[in-house]
Amino acid sequence: MTDAVPPKGTGPLARLEARLAWGLLAPTITAVALVVVLPLLAIFWISVKPVSLSDLRAPEMVVREDIRGDFEAAGDQANIRYRLRNSSQEQPITGVGIADVIPEGLVVGTLDERCVLEGRDLRCDLGDWEGGQRERLMIPVTVEQAYLDNGLRPQDSPVAISGKSSNILTNATFTFNNFARVFDGDEFWEVLWVTLFYTVFGTIGALLFGLFAALLLNKSFRGQGILRGLYLFPYVSPVIAVAFAWIILFDPFSGSANALLVQMGVTQQSINFFGERPLALIMVTVFEIWRYFPLSFLFILARMQSIDTDMYEAADMDGASPFQQFWALSVPQLLGILSVLFLLRFIWTFNKFDDIFLLTGGNAGTRTLTVNVYEQAFAISNIGAGAAVAVVIFGCLLLFSVFFFRFISREEGL
Amino acid sequence: MSMLRYGYITAPVLGVLWLFIIATTVAVAMSFSTGSAFRPSGTGAMVWGILTGFACIRGKSWQPAVAALAVTAATLAGFGPIVIGENVSGFSAVLGAFATAGFSALGLWIMLEDVETGAINRHVFEASVIRFLTGFGYIFFTAIVLIPFYVMVLTSLKNQSEMIQNPLDFSIELSRGAELFRSYEELFSQFNFGTYLLNSFVISVLTVIITLLFAIPGAYAVARLRFKGRAAFSRSILLIYMVPMIVLALPIYIAFSMTGLRNSIAGIIMIYPVTTIPVALYMLQGYFRGLPGEVEEAGLMDGLNRLQVIWKITLPLSLPAMASVSLYVFMIAWNEFLLAFMLLDDPSKFTLTRGIASLNSSEIPRQHLMAGSVIATVPIMAIFLGLERFMTKGLTAGSVKG
Repeated sequence: MTDAVPPKGTGPLARLEARLAWGLLAPTITAVALVVVLPLLAIFWISVKPVSLSDLRAPEMVVREDIRGDFEAAGDQANIRYRLRNSSQEQPITGVGIADVIPEGLVVGTLDERCVLEGRDLRCDLGDWEGGQRERLMIPVTVEQAYLDNGLRPQDSPVAISGKSSNILTNATFTFNNFARVFDGDEFWEVLWVTLFYTVFGTIGALLFGLFAALLLNKSFRGQGILRGLYLFPYVSPVIAVAFAWIILFDPFSGSANALLVQMGVTQQSINFFGERPLALIMVTVFEIWRYFPLSFLFILARMQSIDTDMYEAADMDGASPFQQFWALSVPQLLGILSVLFLLRFIWTFNKFDDIFLLTGGNAGTRTLTVNVYEQAFAISNIGAGAAVAVVIFGCLLLFSVFFFRFISREEGL
Repeated sequence: MSMLRYGYITAPVLGVLWLFIIATTVAVAMSFSTGSAFRPSGTGAMVWGILTGFACIRGKSWQPAVAALAVTAATLAGFGPIVIGENVSGFSAVLGAFATAGFSALGLWIMLEDVETGAINRHVFEASVIRFLTGFGYIFFTAIVLIPFYVMVLTSLKNQSEMIQNPLDFSIELSRGAELFRSYEELFSQFNFGTYLLNSFVISVLTVIITLLFAIPGAYAVARLRFKGRAAFSRSILLIYMVPMIVLALPIYIAFSMTGLRNSIAGIIMIYPVTTIPVALYMLQGYFRGLPGEVEEAGLMDGLNRLQVIWKITLPLSLPAMASVSLYVFMIAWNEFLLAFMLLDDPSKFTLTRGIASLNSSEIPRQHLMAGSVIATVPIMAIFLGLERFMTKGLTAGSVKG
């Protein structure tokens, strides 16, 4: 009898299982690769390209055709006019050509030297066009009776255009101007400071308020469920709805908050909450706290309800006062969830875009990195610079996630 | 701290703080509901807080009642913790005064339970401070949560000129009847909100379905099957779901512009699920891990293959988790703003959030904007309140994302 040895390597069953697993994961991996990984690579690519918003539409030839001249009877002279232009102001188009059909009953006179006529087919080879170039091409014709009769006009047949343009997104022009622009001057440091302020205070504030709310609701009484539902409202409702409600509430001219403050004698004239430095930054941070304290509250409450009550009874017997119980028992128990929440919320607040964009549009000293992406790419129409900011964000994110994974592997209790 | 632990110090200090809180609350509540002039008075709160505090120290129960009556009288006479303006109707004035006095005395009476005039021990002291903080907390959180929603709903029922005249006056004339809902009616008849509502609904439901189709097999594989790279995979899910949308939105915008998918509902339906698949996968795999593996093994022994096991055993067992995940994904899709804003330009294809953004112009009165916000908020609230149990579970399991 031989000794039983454990099998070496992967057996056929294990291989089957792995194959099934990859099969089940394949759709997800494909989708995520298409929509997350590919765009991420694209962002790196775009960030080193001189792309502006207008370059997204590849330059093309625009042509309008009509017939000019007074012609009433057979034998009158007229001109078929082609108005051509390059749609882009900067990009050239090479090898431009047009092709058209001249309608029955028009006899073509002396042709432009770039054009040839075969039967009724007109073809013109117009060479290379600079950005913004425009031209009128006239084809003199003599009108015959047949044209006047059949009523078919030159513009009724579509003009075929050919021409090649190089797309800025795919050609080999690279630049570091985008990064130079992003890091240039004081603006970047201000954006970074605003981002840090918003992220740190938004996160800590939401955690503290969440902790307070969780302490309030960590007991059973009638109406506890209703209050818990109510306190989740800010988080559950659409951000656009609550952001506009805040804007109207704090409107400097007809906002209720200002009217209230004036009536209570806190301030003499109304305050422009979302339009003044540094108040606007504080207000968007307060909004962030208001909107996300429910989340911390929910997590902390769930953790609190799983703490063993025996411990508190024992502490009570030993004469520990309520505050002592909180510091010595609850806080250590909650420290794990609090730090996980802090890390997660830190990353998510850092990533936040909608809230600030809707409240201030990044004005009045509230431009964070994420808002800066939009600002550069769409307000200043410099897609390349926007992508460069996005690369900076992604870099910060990688840095955070290193911390996060080092930590979460210890605190897997989420 | 220890010098505070005398009844004759604790009671008046808490009294002053509590009276100020109550006075402010009543003033804000009365102002917001009637638009009339109420304001808290610092000196009034100080004087009456000290007196009410002493009255509520453990003793005869008629003492706080007398204190309450005194506060009411003082308020109506004009030197109480709350100052009532001149043009306030008699009923509001009496109501405001009563509310202030009543809540002050009642609150303090509950708070100062067991507090004696002299030295008190640490437990009694801390218990009364905690009761004070609890009372304050309920008022504070309820107020900050409710006020924006209150403003949202009532602004949508009023018209612009009324609001500018007195921004505090949220009273509505019920006699106007159906006229009250004019901005809602206009949104549906002139601004296409019916279409937006339908678009949002269809997009959200499809997002839920597609997300589940992708996430269920993926989550099962990560939770149950052994293969090389499983740990790395579950980690990269978390990592992916921390990539900010704005970073991805830029290349997606470019790609959609070039392929003509921009401005189409199909494009939106292609993108939304991918933003939610990682969340759903993460939530579901956590739940699948918690299911007993023996049941599935029994199924395997009885001749089912893996896919049948998933379909016949795992899925029926995880229906509650499915409900949570679906609701959470629905909420994300319903509330999504950034992508809809960037990718949709054609008013016939707007989602609700995009539709509301289009109302934000100086030519459109604000009650329309707020009515739009209410229309977007009500369905998600209704779902939330109706299915709160699942929703809360979904939020806790998945809301690493925010």
